[in-house]
Amino acid sequence: MNITDLTVHELQDKLAKKEITVLDITKAYLQNIEEKEDDIKAFVTILKDEALKQAEEVQGKIDEGEIKGEFAGIPIGIKDNICTKGVKTTCSSKMLENFVSPYDATVMEKINKENMIMLGKLNMDEFAMGGSTEYSYFHKTRNPWNLNKVPGGSSGGSAAAVAANLVPWALGSDTGGSIRQPSSFCGVVGLKPTYGLVSRYGLVAFASSLDQIGPITKDVKDSAILLNIIAGHDDKDSTSANQEKIDYVKALKNDVKGLKIGVPKEFFGEGINEEVKASLDKAIEMYKELGAEVEECSLDIAKYSLAAYYIIACAEASSNLGRFDGIRYTYRTKEFGNLKELYKKTRSEGFGPEVKRRIILGTYVLSSGYYDAYYKKAQKVRTLVMNEFKKAFEKYDVLLTPTSPTVAFDIGSKSNNPLEMYLADICTVSVNIAGLPGISIPCGLDKEGMPIGMQLIGKRFDESTILNAAYTFEQKFGTLGTRQNVPKRQENN
Amino acid sequence: MQVSREEILHIANLASLEIQENEVQKYLDNLQDILDFADVVNNAPVDNLDITIGANEEKNVFRKDEVKVFEDNESLLQNAVSKEQNMFKIPKVIS
Repeated sequence: MNITDLTVHELQDKLAKKEITVLDITKAYLQNIEEKEDDIKAFVTILKDEALKQAEEVQGKIDEGEIKGEFAGIPIGIKDNICTKGVKTTCSSKMLENFVSPYDATVMEKINKENMIMLGKLNMDEFAMGGSTEYSYFHKTRNPWNLNKVPGGSSGGSAAAVAANLVPWALGSDTGGSIRQPSSFCGVVGLKPTYGLVSRYGLVAFASSLDQIGPITKDVKDSAILLNIIAGHDDKDSTSANQEKIDYVKALKNDVKGLKIGVPKEFFGEGINEEVKASLDKAIEMYKELGAEVEECSLDIAKYSLAAYYIIACAEASSNLGRFDGIRYTYRTKEFGNLKELYKKTRSEGFGPEVKRRIILGTYVLSSGYYDAYYKKAQKVRTLVMNEFKKAFEKYDVLLTPTSPTVAFDIGSKSNNPLEMYLADICTVSVNIAGLPGISIPCGLDKEGMPIGMQLIGKRFDESTILNAAYTFEQKFGTLGTRQNVPKRQENN
Repeated sequence: MQVSREEILHIANLASLEIQENEVQKYLDNLQDILDFADVVNNAPVDNLDITIGANEEKNVFRKDEVKVFEDNESLLQNAVSKEQNMFKIPKVIS
């Protein structure tokens, strides 16, 4: 048995039966990181000594009977835009290269309360802007299924780390698909919760009306377990919803008989790769065999959503990133004449090209003369998208689409063409625009052996239904398994 | 909409960003590409719709205005580029 092959609920079983210790688990993961991280490059910060020390302490407390937590000693990886007290939170940006948060994000308080062990902070596109993790200031992360391919993004480090067994599970964040798309590319399970289900306090803001933190895991049960831990109202985030706590694990019934699934045909149109389509068709057949009522439907919003998304997200980003001015966040330009010059030079040196591009676009659509044509129109499109989803959900319990039009693409193939990179988000952004929950689960491999992902979209705060639908599929189909044997990188790449 | 060279420099200035002379054309092309695509929103059937500003805007959220003291000044100040006597030090604003 290889410890790092196991899901978290399997680890919990083995711990309960005393077949393994928490120290065994952390050591096994650190060993894996040692062996594979040079190829994958999933981390920005690895907490080797800290994790080992913490695992020893937790083991001691368990031996002494001081703690009995269900998750005590379970390791986790955290996307590097979630604030961790005392550990750098860089957002994979030069601007925050040395930033150490003075407090923990609310999700981290919850993780720490469970005595979980943080193995490190995971790589991402700078400030979560991108779909390939190539826009990290530090290094590119590679896809564990093929090291010449991108892992997706922006939570590419989180998805790659889970797929390569460098962490048993991870937290990511999703503004337009940044949990689901990399999970699809890396053959793992990624859930974007309903807007407001998980506190955003301590998540470095990209687009505040769209951002959500969510789990990236090896299977659906782990996704439900981690969501149980991080969900809940938080006074520190006024957009977090105050509602009764749901046990998402109990929602996993392995039964979809009578479940009404709508398949919006527009999500299978132009630009969708044939192999992706074929794989989704098989998944649809499987749902029918399992007793679900699957029906094609129309939801003509994908293109409008994508345009509205880039307008709204960039507008919010241009405002949110205004705080990085060279005064409070560690990076400051060396030479400047006056304060305005200090701001300008700091920001020009500290931000990478994609971040600057989005700040410029966001400033443009908010500026006088263009506000009505772009920003206000986009906000109206947002209403349209919400209405169309509402109509669809009068008829269906779940909507089924591809997570991404393609499988993972080659490193370098899109990084010079921003618009092409944006088009890859076409299946995921509408879910954020409407604030709905969406999950990506693996549903097949293409001819080259790259994972294909299926997205299930649910009603607001109805994570239970999509988790159960995903779980039931997974029980029949199986997981893709993770990449224990990472192929060696070819030297010329 | 066609973006001019002057406009992009003006926008960059509003955003406190400097664009190098040799980068202006690239940023201009990128912005034009994206705006041409974003123009789709102007064909969307939204004439009679209101705007939406957030995913859950049914109600305002109020709380008591209570002072909570954050005592860990040291970890706040560790991110200051320059500090003096427990304060963030900034360059002279008025010359």
